[in-house]
Order: sequence, then C-alpha cells, then structure tokens
Amino acid sequence: MAQPRFRAEDASHLVIKPLDDLSLIYHRRSGTTHVVASPVPEMLGVMGGDPLGVEEILERLSQRFELGNETESLIPVVAARLEELAALGLVERL
Amino acid sequence: MQGLSLQIGPASFRIASAWREPVEQLERLYAAYPKPESGIADFTVRLEPARPWRRWVRPSVAICGDYMLPDAAPLPLAQGLLAAEMGMNLQMALGWRRHALLHASCVERDGRALVMTGASGSGKSTLAAMLGERGWRLMGDEFALLDLATGDVFAFPRLISLKNGAIGVMEGEAKPVRFGPLMQATPKGDIRHLVPRPEAVARMSEGAMPALLLFPRFGHEAAVRSVGKSESFVRLTQASTNYVALGEAGFAALSRFVDEVPAQAIDYGSGEEAMALVEQLWSAAA
Repeated sequence: MAQPRFRAEDASHLVIKPLDDLSLIYHRRSGTTHVVASPVPEMLGVMGGDPLGVEEILERLSQRFELGNETESLIPVVAARLEELAALGLVERL
Repeated sequence: MQGLSLQIGPASFRIASAWREPVEQLERLYAAYPKPESGIADFTVRLEPARPWRRWVRPSVAICGDYMLPDAAPLPLAQGLLAAEMGMNLQMALGWRRHALLHASCVERDGRALVMTGASGSGKSTLAAMLGERGWRLMGDEFALLDLATGDVFAFPRLISLKNGAIGVMEGEAKPVRFGPLMQATPKGDIRHLVPRPEAVARMSEGAMPALLLFPRFGHEAAVRSVGKSESFVRLTQASTNYVALGEAGFAALSRFVDEVPAQAIDYGSGEEAMALVEQLWSAAA
C-alpha cells in the first residue's frame, strides 16, 4: 500500500507563536487556537506547500535539525502527529 | 420604571428598575461616578418583576437587559443591588468587544498593573480590595480589560463585591459609609459591596502596563510557583469571556500578554500572608 501523503495548511493561514516548551498555533480559517509541542511547529515549518510522506518530512527535518541516530524512531512519532494535525485541519491527508 | 446611568471605566450602563430601592442604593454607592460621556449607554440592565404580580407580592427581581441568561433565577427585592451588579457583569461578559476581557482583578502602582485571576473563592477580589486600601489603585475586582493594540490593561472599577469571610476583613479596613447593605444567603453566600477609594474612580480611564500576573489560591500553606507562558495562556483563555469572539486580535493580545508578563501561582492562608507575598513578588518583578 502506498504511504499516505500530507500537505500542510498554507502558511498564510497559520500564526505560530513559540512560548516555552509549547507553541501556540492560531488557525485563521477556523478561528481556533492550538497548543502544540515539538516537533509539530518544526514539521509545519519544513512541509511548505508540498505533498509529502512521513519519510520525506523526516528527511527535511534532518536537514534542518540535528536528529542524530533517532531518525528511525521518529517515524511513528511524525506519523501520529500528522494524523492528529489532519484531524485538526492543519494538514490535509491526500 | 426608574433608573440611572453610569460610566464605569470605558463602559456605560443604563439601569432601570421597577422598584425604587435598588436605584436609591446604586445612586448612593455610585455617587462619585460620572454619567456616560456620550449620553447614550453601551448597555441596558432592567430589573423587572419575574411575574407581573411579583412587583408587590413577595417582590422577585428578574435580571433583564441587552444580554440575558434565560434560566437565571430571580432574586428577592432585598438583593436588588446584587441583581443590578450581576446584570452589569453579564452585559460585560457577553457583550464587550473593545478589549480582551479577563475575569480577573487588577490593581496599579507606578503606572504598572498587577493582574490576579483564579476560580471563585481564590481570593482575587479580596486581595484587590485589600491592596486598594494600601497604596495601590484598584482597577477592578471582577474584570481586567486588555487593550488589543497596545497591550495595556484598562480599569473596570465597579463596586467591589465582597463575599462571606471577606466582608469582615474589609469592614476592618474601610469606613462604614463606603459599604452597601449586607445581603445574606444570596445564591453566592453573604454579599456586601464596597465603594472603591476616590482615586480609583477619578483615574478610572487611565490604563497601565501589565507587569505581573498572579494566580492566587486561598486556604493553603504559603507557597509560590512560577507558571510557564503556555500554562498562563491556557488559563487566561479560560478566564476570558470574549477570547473566541475576538478571533485573531484576541489571540495576539493574550499571547503577547503571557510572553511579556511574568506569572506566579501563590497559595496563602491569610490576607496578611498574601499581602507580604504580593509585595515580595512585585519587588522582584520591578
């Protein structure tokens, strides 16, 4: 089965405000506020407007952040966050 | 109907009543407050008989106005002043859009504001009342109004609503002439209103830059805990009645507030203990 692909909400619809361990995301289209933890803001930051699978997102994250040897173990984490973000309307499941 | 008009901070009210008593009490307690600047009130509150005959027979006051809660229980006439105050609060909570409205008390010193928020019974109102007698300007015991553009806090210094144990505490701090009638066994327990000091009324249009946010909790051993920005944000959104209605402007104002203003949770067992903690934390935040 083909890996699911996701596209992030257009950046112009999101206001991301890092606070402490958590960040706030204000979604202009729904008017809702989300409180999220890492790696969600980082994921949205690297996705741009491109349709991407989990491994492609991790590849982009590893180019920008030092993930060390943890890349493999992050696959289920990123996949789970993508499903949650899709449920919130912050990414689209293609 | 008889009535009066009042300006409280940036908001103005027209209060009309089927009975004379609540109007007379409001006229006495709000004597130092100005009339609405424009002559037209932002909100109307009406105290009406719950049923036509309840004007005379066991008089029963229903709180009506521009914004109403359909299932709000009417109050006996002896609690008419409380009905008027609840009616004004309701208009603000449901109708005010010019500021982010925080369910919080607020006092000011040296142009900087201390904002206190917490659940009912946390003591935020009592602490603001005590500070208001001890060199701080009381800005409000119920609502703090956060300017959406500048981030300054504005005052809503209505009568201070003292409940239960706080009544005796404040009777020891302020002269009897500044108190309203003692209303016993209201839906909120015993209530007595206190008129803020003249400075709080004279300077009620002056804003202040928020400098410290406290989450007080009464009835516990004295303790202080730093509160993170994201926890403060979540608690403030819960304490704001118009956060969702304001949309992105509300998000910008509250996220800026928690980013710039240090926050502490304080537990305390007595008013004096709280006063000492507040002064200590205020000095550290300065």
